[in-house]
Amino acid sequence: MQDKNTIAEFNAATLDLVNQIIKRYPQGRQKSALLPVLHIAQAENNGWLSADTMDYVASLLGIQPIEVYEVASFYSMFNLQPVGNCVIEVCQTGPCWLNGAEQLLAHFEKRLGIKPGETTPDGKFTLKTVECLAACGNAPVIQVGTEYHEKLTTLKADELLDKWTAENKNSHTNPYL
Amino acid sequence: MAKQILLKNIEVPGLAGFDVYRRLGGYSAVEKALKGYTPDQVTDEVKKSGLKGRGGAGFPAGMKWSFIDKKSDNPRYFVCNFDESEPGTFKDRHIGQLNPHQLIEGMILGSYALGANAAYIYIRGELFYVLNIIEKAINEAYKNGFLGENILGSGYSLNLYCHPGAGAYICGEETALLESLEGKRGNPRIKPPFPAIVGLYGCPTVVNNVETIAALPWIVNNGGEAYAAIGTGASTGTKLISACGHINKPGIYEIELGLPVEEFIYSDEYCGGIRNGNSLKAVVAGGSSVPILPADLILKTAKGEPRLMSYESLAEGGFQTGTMLGSGGFIVMDHTTCIVKNLLTFARFYRHESCGQCSPCREGTGWMEKILMRIEGGQGTMKDINLLTDIAKNIEGNTICPLGDAAAWPVASAIRHFREEFEEHVKLQKCPF
Ligand SMILES: Cc1cc2nc3c(=O)[nH]c(=O)nc-3n(C[C@H](O)[C@H](O)[C@H](O)COP(=O)(O)O)c2cc1C
Ligand code: FES
Repeated sequence: MQDKNTIAEFNAATLDLVNQIIKRYPQGRQKSALLPVLHIAQAENNGWLSADTMDYVASLLGIQPIEVYEVASFYSMFNLQPVGNCVIEVCQTGPCWLNGAEQLLAHFEKRLGIKPGETTPDGKFTLKTVECLAACGNAPVIQVGTEYHEKLTTLKADELLDKWTAENKNSHTNPYL
Repeated sequence: MAKQILLKNIEVPGLAGFDVYRRLGGYSAVEKALKGYTPDQVTDEVKKSGLKGRGGAGFPAGMKWSFIDKKSDNPRYFVCNFDESEPGTFKDRHIGQLNPHQLIEGMILGSYALGANAAYIYIRGELFYVLNIIEKAINEAYKNGFLGENILGSGYSLNLYCHPGAGAYICGEETALLESLEGKRGNPRIKPPFPAIVGLYGCPTVVNNVETIAALPWIVNNGGEAYAAIGTGASTGTKLISACGHINKPGIYEIELGLPVEEFIYSDEYCGGIRNGNSLKAVVAGGSSVPILPADLILKTAKGEPRLMSYESLAEGGFQTGTMLGSGGFIVMDHTTCIVKNLLTFARFYRHESCGQCSPCREGTGWMEKILMRIEGGQGTMKDINLLTDIAKNIEGNTICPLGDAAAWPVASAIRHFREEFEEHVKLQKCPF
């Protein structure tokens, strides 16, 4: 698990993307770019937003750090604590529950030896529960980074876990790419 | 046979690409409107169509457009609500992923009608992969002259952008969405003023749902009257229903409004009946927020008439014996389902998603979740059941935005129709399922 801030600042290509995003909003409204830029910053900082990362984003957008903190703490996709390399988010809302989400979550807990909100000691996996992912027709559903895995069975979950373990899966990729 | 307006070509391979969409007649509505119609004429067609907002509230789209403040010197904005977060609803993703140009074409038509030169598609952050598909399609539309400066030589210019959310159901509420688009917490605004007067950046703005916008090309091509001829008269056109739960064929279906609910659930063309030959217990017909109905009341109204998939028929009987079409998120439960446990997942959802501005919603949603946990866990009392009804009543109507109502209605309706099941949990001191 990384608890250090790994980005001093974005590289040139990422800065270019950020500047393109800022231009989508009217002059003087660059604060509008906050959510997209936080998504990028979180991906570059191993999946979480440290205070340093948020301060850097504030400086890029010319806003106060507090304006970033209050937003980052509002939205459930932003992690304010370090997470594992691969974050597994299991949907637990009604339609997924009707189709076995509880058993699926229990299976992940057992396989990983952790509870929702926890990270494996080797820092490889974090387990999270999330609310409806708008894929209820293919319940149960999980999200890993920008990937959806739908109609999941415990068998398929095992296959995925084996694969992710073998390849040392990192779910924190720039979502725009 | 369902009228295929929204999903007509959805299975054509490569539809997400400009060339295939165009070959199938795509962007002809933009050509027609920009060359032959004034903006007000486009609005008139939409008014004539009777198209109602498909995001949940069902407000007539043409009427909403006509509220836009044309006297203001400020720029105007058209915003697409692609937050799609109401549990049970998964129809907008289908359009965005497989037919993004249909949404873009609708965005151009709406923006032109409203006199907007900039438009945003606000899409929930979890669906980033769909955002990327739409952005690719937007780039193609620019390259082919359907976006940007002086579209088709008409003198009309439009820039269209995608904007990701970051995990917050409340940002589906249109004023919270605008706050979020401005880079703030998703706290709903007090209305009035309505967005048509004071919206994005304080400017006149219209927010519409993905499905509402995706219907616009057909309406412009075929005329508002042709659209209004489909459906029941009060509910015009077609609606996407995302069906899930204990049915044989979960999925997204385009229905002509007015289809009997029974046919929708049991016909092989749609849900294909209840899984494993089980019997139907209950349905939440329009996304988690609308009142749950037991099998007898979803199939027939209290008057004994067949219940239809339309705004007016689903609402027949008010909240005593009816429900709402809502977003079209159709959640089916068979006889093995514990109504209390299902409700508990909804209660947890609303507690998690309350923005916290209004005390009745912030506190009440948490209390309802705790009490339901107690009942489901076997520690509930009979008094708890009345307490739940009481809390729901005290949230309803007492909050800035309707999230409070959305949290209260499922609780109130589950107790109204399934009270014995709550009592059984209390008597047995455990969940009977
Ligand atoms: C808590 C809450 C959540 C909502 N979520 C959505 C949503 O995810 N998508 C949507 O289109 N409308 C949603 N709405 C409705 C919007 O406020 C608004 O009515 C709608 O976007 C207008 O578009 P329409 O008229 O085309 O339906 C929500 C409303 C509330 C109160
Ligand atoms: S309830 Fe899990 S995706 Fe909707």
